[in-house]
Amino acid sequence: MSHAGAVERAFREESGRVLATLIRHLGGDFELAEDALQDALAQALRTWPRDGVPANPGAWMTVTARRRAIDRIRRERMLADRVQALQTLMDLEQTAGPDPDDDSAVGDDRLRLIFTCCHPALAIEARVALTLRTLGGLTTAEIARAFLVPEATMAQRLVRAKRKIATAKIPYRVPTDDVLPDRLAGVLAVVYLVFNEGYAARDGDRLVRADLCDEAIRLGRLLAQLMPDDAEAAGLLALMLLHDSRRAARTDSAGRYVALPDQDRAMWNAERIAEGTRSLDRALRLRRPGPYQLQAAIAALHATAPSAEATDWAQIAQLYAELARRAPSPVVDVNRAVAVGMACGPQAGLAVLDALAADRRLAGYQPFHAARADLLRRAGNVGAAAAAYDRAIELSDNAVERGELERRRAALHPA
Amino acid sequence: MPQYMLLIYDDPTASPAPDSPEAQKEFAEYGTFTEDIRSNGQFVSGAPLQRTDTATTVRVNGSGEAVLSDGPFAETKEWLAGYYLLDCPDLDTATAQAARIPAARHGSIEVRPVMEIPGM
Repeated sequence: MSHAGAVERAFREESGRVLATLIRHLGGDFELAEDALQDALAQALRTWPRDGVPANPGAWMTVTARRRAIDRIRRERMLADRVQALQTLMDLEQTAGPDPDDDSAVGDDRLRLIFTCCHPALAIEARVALTLRTLGGLTTAEIARAFLVPEATMAQRLVRAKRKIATAKIPYRVPTDDVLPDRLAGVLAVVYLVFNEGYAARDGDRLVRADLCDEAIRLGRLLAQLMPDDAEAAGLLALMLLHDSRRAARTDSAGRYVALPDQDRAMWNAERIAEGTRSLDRALRLRRPGPYQLQAAIAALHATAPSAEATDWAQIAQLYAELARRAPSPVVDVNRAVAVGMACGPQAGLAVLDALAADRRLAGYQPFHAARADLLRRAGNVGAAAAAYDRAIELSDNAVERGELERRRAALHPA
Repeated sequence: MPQYMLLIYDDPTASPAPDSPEAQKEFAEYGTFTEDIRSNGQFVSGAPLQRTDTATTVRVNGSGEAVLSDGPFAETKEWLAGYYLLDCPDLDTATAQAARIPAARHGSIEVRPVMEIPGM
């Protein structure tokens, strides 16, 4: 353990857990908890390289951050609402161990933290940033890079969110049963948004973007573990793992996008597929289907098929139809058309798309035109395919994807 | 105990016409709601306001004179129609109560924590 990077990595592993408990002990004070943890990191950077990493880094961090919080409360002008927090911390100092809470209490703390960070009273960008900062332990600079905004903007977004939590008194607790399903759906949406931000092969720093996928999966595992009776939590984890299993195969050595049928299946991550399939099975056993489970089931059919041709497209088309019923969206409709086109031929797929064309939202939706172009090409209608490719290329804001569409457009042969 | 101001913004074009059965039903709902928050101790104060065409805006100019003008400070589609000031332990409690205010169905309720000033 010789340099700062290694200390920071070891520190980050535990930071979400430590922070979650510290926030509870401080009566929901995010800023004080984060400042105290930051002090502890500064101390670790001084002492760990010299003395070695403590046997239990989490316990060391908990005790150190708690003492730094006491220092800070004493140093700052004593505010009435901090008296209670100081008393709690002093009581904890008297107890022998680093933290008298058992594992389940710590688990509950992390759930509280997730629900607070993803509270609907915060703007969606703030929920994402706060979740990554506090639970993921990503630095503000890293989050700013990942979302392509200036670091100062991201820092301000985080500060504003924490101020609102403190000032408006957003409660630090797991919601009551009557609102829990809604609120959990909101949490899952934040995690999936983080994943998609990382998974979408947009321009930007690829490495950081892969980090977002890993972070989302880590949060997904945590939620599935902390809410074992929720089928959609397990379904979302399965979905992310199964998508992520294809990450390496989605671009070729030159960084070009490779569509699913053309991917080298040997490059798919078998470990991710196995974990994803297990999580999907666990979700399905709870017998409460939902959109994440349906999407995961589709991803699982792809992941376990020996080739694009040998994929159970009829089953996939059916799952998309069910998904469209539960969570209607143009994305789902277009995907269903593609699956129908694979299962029953390009004309059948085009028929599905034609039925959708009345939806004005699709006029500017790039995947609609890309799917239509592919189906027209397969149906032998070169002229119409070229026009559809042109429209899709015009609408694409993604260099990798645009390159692929241009390649396909150029490969069209007059019939 | 923190206090929250529930500012009721209503859209006159969307709210039920005065004296209509819907308006009477809403009036009764306000009664039930107010009774509820009185009996659970959350109610601090609250009142409906007269329409914005009765509003007068006051500014004091550079010479210290009060300048009055007819009408509300800002012309918007939604106007401030009333308020409740509640004692609530946290934001979730306050927003849950805000959702019970009838105007939330055709207007919106802005929930703002009251600034606590020691000694006041």
